[in-house]
Amino acid sequence: MAAADFRAKAHDALGNRELRANFRRAMDGLMSKRAMLFADRTEWTALRALGAAVRARSLLRLPELLEQLETRLRDNGIQVHWAETVDDGNAIFKDILSRHGARRVVKGKSMVSEEMGLNHALEAEGIEVIEADLGEYIIQLDHETPSHIIMPAIHKNKQQIARLFSQKIKDAEYTEDVDRLTDLARRVLRRKFAAADAGISGVNAAVAETGTLVLVENEGNGRMCTTVPRLHIAVMGLEKVVERLEEVPPILSLLTRSATGQVITTYVNMISGPRKPGEKDGPEEVHLVILDNGRSRIYADPELRNTLRCIRCGACMNHCPVYTRVGGHSYPGVYPGPIGKILTPQILGLETTGDLPHASSLCNACVEVCPVEIPIASLLVRLRSEGAGKTPHGGAPVKGAGSRRKSQEDWVWRAWALVFRMPLLNRLSNFALTRFGWALPSDSPLLREWMTVRSRPRFARRSLHELVRREGIPHE
Amino acid sequence: MTHAQASGRPRTVYFFGTCIVDLFYPGAGLAGIKLLQSAGVEVVFPDGQSCCGQPAYNSGYLDQARAVAWAQIKLFAKDYPVVVPSGSCAGMMKTHYPGLFRGRPEQAEVEDFVARVYELTQFLVDVLDLELDDLGPPVKVTWHPSCHSMREMGVADQPKRLLHQLSKVELVELPRERECCGFGGTFSVRQPEISAAMVTDKIGAIAGTGADLVLSGDCGCLMNIGGAIEKAGGHARPLHIAEFLWERTHGRR
Repeated sequence: MAAADFRAKAHDALGNRELRANFRRAMDGLMSKRAMLFADRTEWTALRALGAAVRARSLLRLPELLEQLETRLRDNGIQVHWAETVDDGNAIFKDILSRHGARRVVKGKSMVSEEMGLNHALEAEGIEVIEADLGEYIIQLDHETPSHIIMPAIHKNKQQIARLFSQKIKDAEYTEDVDRLTDLARRVLRRKFAAADAGISGVNAAVAETGTLVLVENEGNGRMCTTVPRLHIAVMGLEKVVERLEEVPPILSLLTRSATGQVITTYVNMISGPRKPGEKDGPEEVHLVILDNGRSRIYADPELRNTLRCIRCGACMNHCPVYTRVGGHSYPGVYPGPIGKILTPQILGLETTGDLPHASSLCNACVEVCPVEIPIASLLVRLRSEGAGKTPHGGAPVKGAGSRRKSQEDWVWRAWALVFRMPLLNRLSNFALTRFGWALPSDSPLLREWMTVRSRPRFARRSLHELVRREGIPHE
Repeated sequence: MTHAQASGRPRTVYFFGTCIVDLFYPGAGLAGIKLLQSAGVEVVFPDGQSCCGQPAYNSGYLDQARAVAWAQIKLFAKDYPVVVPSGSCAGMMKTHYPGLFRGRPEQAEVEDFVARVYELTQFLVDVLDLELDDLGPPVKVTWHPSCHSMREMGVADQPKRLLHQLSKVELVELPRERECCGFGGTFSVRQPEISAAMVTDKIGAIAGTGADLVLSGDCGCLMNIGGAIEKAGGHARPLHIAEFLWERTHGRR
């Protein structure tokens, strides 16, 4: 997807009143729910520092922890598969499913599976994949992609969902009653769970010391997907590992409070293996697919590595003034909002997504709420640097580094630095701008964009430097 | 404990005017200087100063940002607090200078400089404990806290505490006051439509307060918000808080 698409899609989204109202309402609600649960600043600061430390430490020891995780998972009877690319990942899924002759699959919510385009890959093999998370189910019915990583159908309002269900679900009558709509989906999905040959799920955290897969959810669909079918395949990005079980509670607490304003989710699944002899439920086989897809490269750079701390709570997008206005579908890749602006360019490359790091006012609202202290604004700047071909740390450049470089821009910043570094030049330039700045043409590209909704900035007739001298203020 | 507090009430401070104030809002800079002077503080304005380097930094041109930043730091070498009438420029210094110079020979000097940086209202309240006597007529105002003042400089209620001291000033809370006004430097021209949507929402909220003045501590925001109000034919006049405080307490110059 080309980067120019972002601006074009944002244009359409900005003009869509219903969409903007849906996002505004939803984000306002999510922000206030979160704020209530982090009202105690001292507790927030301490818990957040702990969460950041857990994630940073996990990343510091990532290779070692992944090896430990693999060993423990195998001890527990969970089969582990490594996928370097999304194609590798999809091939692993196809292979496991075809060995089991699985034709009908139910799936819990997983952004990594979106990253892989897993549904399409499996459907191309004639396998039916049903999204079992209500939001995911809604957008699957409408052939859409998630517009939010936690609430994938948040771009739709009640009326839109009512219309969709009445059109797409057999024998469904039109209703705007949320409970009845939920019940409609539930009736469809219950049958699918019972008939499924396999269940697919994501993973919120994988514990290296115990070989446990942790999955949180609110609808029970995750538990259904991971316990009812005979085969369960989980999928995660390789950054999801933590070392110890005791590190999970702070991460989950930060995750659910940041994401949905819940102290805890309705379901917390701790998956530690397939069904054991004598047990009444659970899958006969459990697999974990661990996806790289560019993460090793991100890991290799100590600054960019912080991107991988993310626990996918979505708080950054909930608080983002850009995301709130353009919605999730404007962004290329599957991760929208601030986290998408730093993650997507590193996965897909700056050639096609180099505009994303610039689509931010650097207001730091995301940085303020990130529960694991990802320096999102600094990483946006780093990626702007990378795009312009200025790798600041001499490390491995990001994919597509330098592809946004424009010699004209290089020249502008060099001249700018000269003027603001040399007091005499600065004085001359200030003199010229205060006296003759009015003569700059209003149709120059920068002024034209500025003046679409703003009046033309007016230079002062005397600079502060001049006023200071005139007033006799000491100006050594 | 911060630098100036540790050494008691400072007799002399540096004033860093910022490039936007220099070229577009010199009155705000001068008012800031006069507020400090009226509190009995000597103000030194190093003449060679220009810009904190934020424009280049935000564009990813770190070498250029560093060169300009270093040119400033050298001019503010004495042990005085550095007072900045902008949360954004002060935030650039406080938050980003250390990283720009980490592992470089200049690091220690940079860190010494950074420890002395204050946003103006922070300094007026936290260090000088400024007391104000309102001389102006009744007026209704609203306050726009800039993103960087809040999130990079940690400016909290200092501006409002100053405004609350003014007996005839009614401060009306701006709905969603913590949301960005949409300027963001080059963002406003790289994503002009999103920036326009943000500032349009912002001036709508300002109009909703019925305020005669929209005050801020950042002239970048004022240029954006004020420009949009003017274009839309709105009512509220944009004004830097320093200029407003000076007008209220000493009359128009």
